[in-house]
Amino acid sequence: MKELIAKIVRIFLLMSCKLVTGIQARWLTEPNNYRCKIYYANHSSHLDGLLLWSCFPKYLRSSIYPVAAKDYWGKTSFKRFIASDVFNSVLITRSPNCRENPLSILEDLLTKQQSIILFPEGTRGDGQHVADFKSGLFHLAKHLPNVELVPVYLNNLNRVWPKGSKLLVPIICSAVFGLPIKPLDETETKESFLNRAKQALEELAP
Amino acid sequence: MIFTDLDLQLLLACIFTLLIVASLIGQLIAKFKCNNNNRKMIENLNQRINAWWIMSIVLLIAILIGTIGTLILFIFISFFALRECITLTPTQLGDHQALFWCFFILLPFQYLLIGLNWYGLFAIFIPVFGFLFIATRIAINGDTIDFLGRVAKIQWSMMIAVYCISYIPALLLLHIPNYEGQNIKLIMFLVIVVQLSDVLQYVFGKLFGRHAIVPKLSPNKTVEGFIGGVLSASLIGALLWWITPFDIWQAGLIAILMTLLGFCGGLCMSAIKRDRGIKDFGTIIEGHGGMMDRIDSLCFAAPVFFHIVRYFYT
Repeated sequence: MKELIAKIVRIFLLMSCKLVTGIQARWLTEPNNYRCKIYYANHSSHLDGLLLWSCFPKYLRSSIYPVAAKDYWGKTSFKRFIASDVFNSVLITRSPNCRENPLSILEDLLTKQQSIILFPEGTRGDGQHVADFKSGLFHLAKHLPNVELVPVYLNNLNRVWPKGSKLLVPIICSAVFGLPIKPLDETETKESFLNRAKQALEELAP
Repeated sequence: MIFTDLDLQLLLACIFTLLIVASLIGQLIAKFKCNNNNRKMIENLNQRINAWWIMSIVLLIAILIGTIGTLILFIFISFFALRECITLTPTQLGDHQALFWCFFILLPFQYLLIGLNWYGLFAIFIPVFGFLFIATRIAINGDTIDFLGRVAKIQWSMMIAVYCISYIPALLLLHIPNYEGQNIKLIMFLVIVVQLSDVLQYVFGKLFGRHAIVPKLSPNKTVEGFIGGVLSASLIGALLWWITPFDIWQAGLIAILMTLLGFCGGLCMSAIKRDRGIKDFGTIIEGHGGMMDRIDSLCFAAPVFFHIVRYFYT
């Protein structure tokens, strides 16, 4: 029963999003599920994770998990239902003084050949600039050298639902899926890796 | 209506016969004349024909449902057109609330007025009240950078995508003596003449086009295409007099005016696209680009057509 409701809500929300944003995906490499991947994108709106996830072909969606913040999406059972049941999200804690490693749950998924969607800026930006990345992406790349890192540039989403607004405005959005970045070099420092990843993302901006 | 109106049935039969013929020719060309040089053009031709099929079928469904169906169809057309216009103008955060009003309050209200048959307010709602409201709503936010430019862009989008387009279903409001309940055929007359003029201008341009009309703006709009398209579409318009309340010569004259206005609309929209450095407004209709790319000529023709019919025939 819960699954059926989740499915109906999912179809409804995906169709509404499509109507509002007309999201267009542009792939520089075709999606496939032969290798697990981390799709990382710029973050400027609540809709980011959902819209990025909706760009994948239906048969891949169940193996791709958008990463969402537990302190926001885990607050009420309704939000948890929307995040986990409807949109296949995995919730992680953002607070730094937490005893368990917040990344271990993601590492579990990735070792099971699943893919994740990550917003390495950690929080939503203004849509004009990509903020500096948090270190999570670096740790994942270090622990799981086989995982491909694919930058995805989301365009216009901040105009649809900017931070701090309660109103949605229909604007056509696009998502550009780039080529996977070069894997982490053993001698590479955290700063240089994160800068390189950020640069690869910024290069996809139209 | 569709079941009792012989003229309408004949017209629909003509349209779908034309589409079948076009599809057959398109397939034959693709099969026998296709080589590497013209593959792209032939692919685009067939995409366009397929899109015409879908557009005709959508229009037919809207007619079958009746006035409500037609209104809903044009609400969506306006919505998609407005979405494309707003997407390509760089709006600011300060415009956000005004845009929300445009999409979700002003647009539906304009069509509601048509549904309520309220001509007096429908004709002034966006040019007067919308005009004043949009500027005020943006001013309240206090973001004054490029204020006039931002306001003008939103107002223009509203005028073109909502106000002008809403004149097409508004044709259903008109009470024309001896033509009651047949107004849907006026819509079809307008749409067929203007769209055929586009198609024929393209065809004549491809066949005989040598001299660009506005070379800086578009190399595809040629004098030869323009003359051939306008004349042939107007001739077809005259020959469609039997679906309108006009005489044959009146239908021809009105058709000439519509095709000229359609050309003006296409020209202005091309200027916007050229300025923004884009080729198409969107990708919603395969082969044609965006909604705005398809209806640009109707935007200019529809209000004038409505007022001509209203002034001389009601």
